[in-house]
Amino acid sequence: MTATVRAPVAAPAATMPTREARLTLAGEAIAARGGLILLAAGLLVFLTVPLAMILARSVEDRAGMFVGLANFATYFASPSVVNSLQNSLTFAVLTTLVTVPLAFGFAYAIQRSCIPLKSLWRNIALIPILAPSLLAAISFIFLFGNQGWLKFVLGWFGLKSIYGMPGMVLAMSFSSFPHALMILLAALALSDARLYEVAEALGTTEWRKFMTITLPGAKYGLVSACMVVFTMAVSEFGVPKVIGGNTAVLAVDIYKQVIGQQNFQIGAVVSLLLLLPAIIAYGIDMLMQRRQQALLTARSVPYQARPARTRDWALLTFVILVSGALLLVVGMAAFGSLVKVWPYNLSLTLNHYTYGFAEAGLEHAYWNSLTLAGWCALLGSAITFTGAYWLEKTRPDQTSGINFLRPLIRFQAMLPMAIPGMVLGIGYILFFNHPQNPANFLYGTMTVLVLSTVIHFYSSSHLTALTALKQIDGEFESVSASLKVPFYKTFWRVTVPVCLPSILDICRYYFVNAMTTISCVVFLYSPKTTPASVSILQLDETGAIGSAAAMATLIVITSAAITGLIFIVERWLIARTQGWRHL
Amino acid sequence: MTNALKLEGIHKRFGDFVALKSIDLSIESGELVCFLGPSGCGKTTLLRIIAGLERQTEGRVIQNGRDVSHAPPAARDYGIVFQSYALFPNLTIDDNVAYGLVNRRKARDEIKSRVAELLAMVGLPNEGRKYPSQLSGGQQQRVALARALATSPHLLLLDEPLSALDAKVRERLRGEVRDLQQRLGVTTIMVTHDQEEALSMSDRVVVMNHGSIEQIGTPSDVYERPETPFVADFLGKVNVLKATALGAGRYRAGSVELELPDDGVAAGELVRIYLRPEDRHVEGDIQSLPNRLCGRITAIDYLGTFCLAEVSCPALGQPIMISYSLNQMHDLGVRAGNEIDLALRVDRVRVFAGHA
Repeated sequence: MTATVRAPVAAPAATMPTREARLTLAGEAIAARGGLILLAAGLLVFLTVPLAMILARSVEDRAGMFVGLANFATYFASPSVVNSLQNSLTFAVLTTLVTVPLAFGFAYAIQRSCIPLKSLWRNIALIPILAPSLLAAISFIFLFGNQGWLKFVLGWFGLKSIYGMPGMVLAMSFSSFPHALMILLAALALSDARLYEVAEALGTTEWRKFMTITLPGAKYGLVSACMVVFTMAVSEFGVPKVIGGNTAVLAVDIYKQVIGQQNFQIGAVVSLLLLLPAIIAYGIDMLMQRRQQALLTARSVPYQARPARTRDWALLTFVILVSGALLLVVGMAAFGSLVKVWPYNLSLTLNHYTYGFAEAGLEHAYWNSLTLAGWCALLGSAITFTGAYWLEKTRPDQTSGINFLRPLIRFQAMLPMAIPGMVLGIGYILFFNHPQNPANFLYGTMTVLVLSTVIHFYSSSHLTALTALKQIDGEFESVSASLKVPFYKTFWRVTVPVCLPSILDICRYYFVNAMTTISCVVFLYSPKTTPASVSILQLDETGAIGSAAAMATLIVITSAAITGLIFIVERWLIARTQGWRHL
Repeated sequence: MTNALKLEGIHKRFGDFVALKSIDLSIESGELVCFLGPSGCGKTTLLRIIAGLERQTEGRVIQNGRDVSHAPPAARDYGIVFQSYALFPNLTIDDNVAYGLVNRRKARDEIKSRVAELLAMVGLPNEGRKYPSQLSGGQQQRVALARALATSPHLLLLDEPLSALDAKVRERLRGEVRDLQQRLGVTTIMVTHDQEEALSMSDRVVVMNHGSIEQIGTPSDVYERPETPFVADFLGKVNVLKATALGAGRYRAGSVELELPDDGVAAGELVRIYLRPEDRHVEGDIQSLPNRLCGRITAIDYLGTFCLAEVSCPALGQPIMISYSLNQMHDLGVRAGNEIDLALRVDRVRVFAGHA
């Protein structure tokens, strides 16, 4: 007998899977199917069914009998409808016309010029994301309201009062500016330097280069930015409520019908009406994005701007003016929250923060918001990221029989992007407040606030997660399968650590949005769970504008602090656990 | 003796697209088999079906006598190396290699010594503490190989394992991978679109096109005795001469009569004669050889160790490509514009029916 050489390959003896391998298989199948089913069920119950309730309720009378289109007829017969519709559209169009050109100029200055301090300007421009939209409305009241410090400026433009369309458009432009800016920054970042080199070689003028290369290249970004701003404005509720004066818009109509008159049928009708422009905008955007993909190639060479004195000075002036205006709006609210009686007694006080909240019974609102935002960040990022992973990284053969769920989940994951928060909120009232719903105890609780907020901001987070997952090697799961390691172990050991920056990004996104959102939660809170953002409305309604400003300022500070904290945590985690990234 | 792997009637459809049709293949234990073909021919799909990463529409996969047609990947017995290597970027080389061992609840010492053994085997004995991004492409490829072999699989699947590497590294690794495979005696299937790789490494080559197998054979089978026009055309360069059979192994191409070994093609049939650029005599007593041609060199494609000359032969009615070694090129005065004589070597010529 010869001695056996230890070779890595043993004789082909074991032909049946081992007991351990069989256990792994069973575990994988349960995990893969379970995850997918849970996700589908969650989206169904917390998104699709509530939305379907709106449709159902719009064709019922108060007693729940089917009445066809009678509710629509009633609503359209009222003379105020045309007025609201007109105002909503004017508001959205004007906001788009103000915001998008400003944001384009700003993005152009950052991506295509050699102005100094680019990251400073960029960070200033993103501040409005940290603030509830009401902050801008309050600020503009401080600035241009009846006791406004800059009220005289209104006269230059032939305006009598800031209340109404002018204030709405200004405040909304402030809120939507960073959203448009981020899209346009991305659109202008993606440009092929070689096109400019060719144009230069052919002796093209700057203006012609701008018109024939820059603008067409940013076309899809521009359309996308327009759609986002338009949709935000059409479905905005807080700004018209606070600074709209007598200008009625659809979003406020819904609130009055549902909260004021408990008229859910008409509320449902207006919701559907509000859904229309949002879905059209969403559809156009999707269509444009599909076309865009063919335009960009992986081989493009990034464009690097070269100094040009006149252009750079002009753009720098513009950027300083816009940044100054944004800072003025935030600063005004902060200052207003710190003075005794604006503008008569400018001595500094913290009364609006202490006494002011307690008087309105809203001292818990800030803690409610922290709880809400904290849970949204934790739960939301966990659900969104695992959901995207289960959807994209489990193989169809692991989930045979339930693969029809995948397209359904994909569609539902992108749906919230097209649903204004108010419409979602009404769906939740109709569904969870329904006496026959066994989950009806959830209504008014923190749980339902958290779930609705997670759903409301699901699409963007889902996209972030998808992008991160698509950037990592597609064969990790195949490799682990060949090594008989179940995919969920690889998920923990590899996928989550590799995607950690994106997961933290999702956390931050949920936290900040949960702090600032109003539109959905305004229908779902109870006196015990009033979030800070909603409390601003209540403080404003009682005339405590100083305290309203204080609450808004507190939200900005908290959002900023959390953003900073997550940034530090990310740095620390990367330094500690992710040495491999910087090798 | 059962085959290490047997594929029976594998079909794969993606919607209306037929990716694979009736694939039958047996692979012997210890063999290295290459799936070779142009992109989109279905070779990677076939590999993924063997791995259980795709499910065949019809047909059976039998591994060591066990029907694994419907078994998930984890219930099959193989190791795999992907084109991207798919090394886990956040784990050290040691942890990457140990990834499949840890799950088998082996003792820590046992795992450690096995990992060291594997890394030594692939020639990276001291790199275990590094991360994948610290290694070169060739080193990463070897780590992926070590990881795939860690659990002692009976089948090794390589999906374009060398195509992401520089030409020089690729050539060196070809030899190393083949060496390792022979040392371990592990049955291996490699997918590649690189014919040199396939010819130099495999025991047998499976040439695929449009989802079917065109030919299975040793490297010299498929190169020297291609069974279909596709195989002749895909591997190496080839001249296609349109000709008419005259019977008894004689053919007319243009005004030239060629004598080939008699393969029973009936007189009058239209054929294509496939002739490689190197299937010719250019030195010595050409005048005494059959199948002589004379022509004028119209262009030269200089390729370093040899060159390809385009020769226009009025008698043939079409130009042909003829290869010359660098020495022949200088000795015979192979330059554009010169006249040359040559005789076709008909022993390796292939004749296929039809003129299409």
